[in-house]
Amino acid sequence: MELALEAKNITKHYTKHTALDDVSIQIPKGCILGLLGPNGAGKTTFIRIVNQIINPDLGAIRIFGESLAPKHIEWIGYLPEERGLYKKMKVGDQLLFLARLKGLPSKEAKVKIKYWMERFEVQGWWHKKVEDLSKGMAQKIQFISTVMHDPKLIILDEPFSGFDPINANLIRDEILRLRDNGATILFSTHRMESVEELCDQIVLIHQSKIMLEGEKTEIKSRYRSHTYVIESTDKISKLPGGFEIIKEVPLNGIAQFETHIKGGEGVSTNEVLQTIIKETEVISFREKLPTINDIFISIAGTNHE
Amino acid sequence: MNRIWTVFQREYISRVKKKSFLLATILTPLVFPAIIAGMVYFVVADKKKSQQEVVKVLDESGKIRPESNSKYLYEFIEGDLEEAKTAFRESKDFALIYIPEFTLEKPDGFMYYSRQNPSLSTVSDFEKDFENIIREIKLETYQVDREVLEKLKTSVVLRTVNLSDEGEKESSAGIAYGIGYAGGFLIYILIFVYGGIVMQGVIEEKSSKIVEIIVSSVRPFQLMLGKVLGIASVGITQFLIWAVLLNIFWFLAIVVLGVNLGDGGMEAANAMSGSQEGLDDLGSDPRVMNIMNAIAGINFLKIGLLFIFYFFGGYLLYGALFAAVGAAVDSPSEAQQFMFPITIPIIASIFGLFFVLEDPNSSLAFWLSIIPLSSPVVMMGRLGFGVPTWELILSMVLLVGGFFFTIWVAGRIYRVGILMQGSKVNYKVLAKWFMTKM
Repeated sequence: MELALEAKNITKHYTKHTALDDVSIQIPKGCILGLLGPNGAGKTTFIRIVNQIINPDLGAIRIFGESLAPKHIEWIGYLPEERGLYKKMKVGDQLLFLARLKGLPSKEAKVKIKYWMERFEVQGWWHKKVEDLSKGMAQKIQFISTVMHDPKLIILDEPFSGFDPINANLIRDEILRLRDNGATILFSTHRMESVEELCDQIVLIHQSKIMLEGEKTEIKSRYRSHTYVIESTDKISKLPGGFEIIKEVPLNGIAQFETHIKGGEGVSTNEVLQTIIKETEVISFREKLPTINDIFISIAGTNHE
Repeated sequence: MNRIWTVFQREYISRVKKKSFLLATILTPLVFPAIIAGMVYFVVADKKKSQQEVVKVLDESGKIRPESNSKYLYEFIEGDLEEAKTAFRESKDFALIYIPEFTLEKPDGFMYYSRQNPSLSTVSDFEKDFENIIREIKLETYQVDREVLEKLKTSVVLRTVNLSDEGEKESSAGIAYGIGYAGGFLIYILIFVYGGIVMQGVIEEKSSKIVEIIVSSVRPFQLMLGKVLGIASVGITQFLIWAVLLNIFWFLAIVVLGVNLGDGGMEAANAMSGSQEGLDDLGSDPRVMNIMNAIAGINFLKIGLLFIFYFFGGYLLYGALFAAVGAAVDSPSEAQQFMFPITIPIIASIFGLFFVLEDPNSSLAFWLSIIPLSSPVVMMGRLGFGVPTWELILSMVLLVGGFFFTIWVAGRIYRVGILMQGSKVNYKVLAKWFMTKM
């Protein structure tokens, strides 16, 4: 498996606290990795280190097999959490400036910027000043500035904070498309539930340390709790051995009851169905998989929010 | 290097393209003369409008009889001083002057009463008048021949010549003073103006939050350097435009004067350009001759180039510090607390300049023009008087070293500061940033 990014034993101390403590992260090429964790866990510090804004005290980073060096900024597209634009500058000039900082020659940059402006349906904005844009419009421009130079690694710090729902969906689709076109994406967020569907890989970071990492589906099945949710027309009273009812919620639709039941290893859910269809009509039956937030709470022992 | 250039271009172009730049560049050379002209106009208009003021004179000696003029109407009164004072209080008279009996050798006891504190010039005008009257009386009393007295008046004008490495050339303390004053003051103002622009720019980048995107592509030090150099070039562009405008005005003035004043104007124009013919005509007055020769003797190109060097050096030295302050704060109002240590040496150098202009070869002048914090302003003050080459070179080398040092210090504060949003900053925090390993 080719790695887009390999961070080995990264440690970063600030005067009063340790931001990262022996953190190692591997991002396979072409996947979306979610760097999750509560505020202050060290996510932004890690991202700044990858962007070479700050240096780690210890540890090394390799990017697409090469040791991280200043020339690699051309490979990275970065959307920081604290993001903005020059207010008095025209949109086109601004994108051109940022593209040139990424090492694109002017001519090439102009072509790419035009392509992205058309893609986001903002082609008429070249001569608009940023201060005249709405917040949503500015967000589109910021996203364009992140991806216009075709980065191999796209780093998004809290990409959905502050985005309105329409833009958030647009960005989400764009992220998936970029991934399908071969880009690797690292994004961080403290709102775990909002982005977990997007990730292929997950790294959970808490108090400067990695708590959990791996493929999202694998992690989810690892933390499977064998809890099922049944919607039915009548109250469920009988269950086969090994199952217990943990919660009952009355409903007001076709289904009158929602029942949460918990089984154990090696017991079949078919038995449950066979038992209950005799007394009631089952509207739906599904396994309740843990959310990343649930997993986080079960690991960290406290609710972070 | 390439990225410094990209930042430099943005800073330069985004500023030069602004309408406000064009306005400031064209208006500044017009505004200052306009303000001065306005002030002169008011003074002149005031003088024209002013009415004759009544001055009561109570002269017990009977010797002083000043003649009324356009400004003062003297009315002579008799009687007791206390009565005169009472009458003065009730009147609308400008002043009451009391002259007691006095001896010619030692006139004293003269009094001047007025409602408001008189200005220095008012008092000295009256004093001069009375001195002249007493002098006249003395001439009579001692029987001095007026003609002999006129012949005693002598005027000696020293033609001052510098004997330096560059040979013999005429000098004028007045012109040297003027050049020094103008040059030093201009650098003083420009450091503040352009330093302020740098600080404003850094605060803008920080508060608009674009800075993190930029520093993911450029080292903070490169960003700072590109910004400081870009803004300096805006300044130099402005000088060049002013220099061109000045030459155009100069040329127009000569043409217009030449046409209007006929031969006299042409002569003046010739004299300005230093032609011998023009100088001969004016040569009868040694003072004019001296000034003309002195102007011709000044190496304006050298002074101009040194001005640009010292502006650039002083601006870089302080501009980096202004950038560091901008990086430390979130808004211009917070910047005030850190401005103090920057403004103190600049203001101290402008005070130093005044002393140095009085005595350009003193040891104070030497040290202030060598120390990089004050040399940009103070060395301009000394240039017109002539500075030994080794001192000039020492000062320039130290200034270059000085700005490398402040840029290094400022860079260390800047790289941490620009990423800090909303943190409470004091000098201790700045020191910590300086020591931080990034």
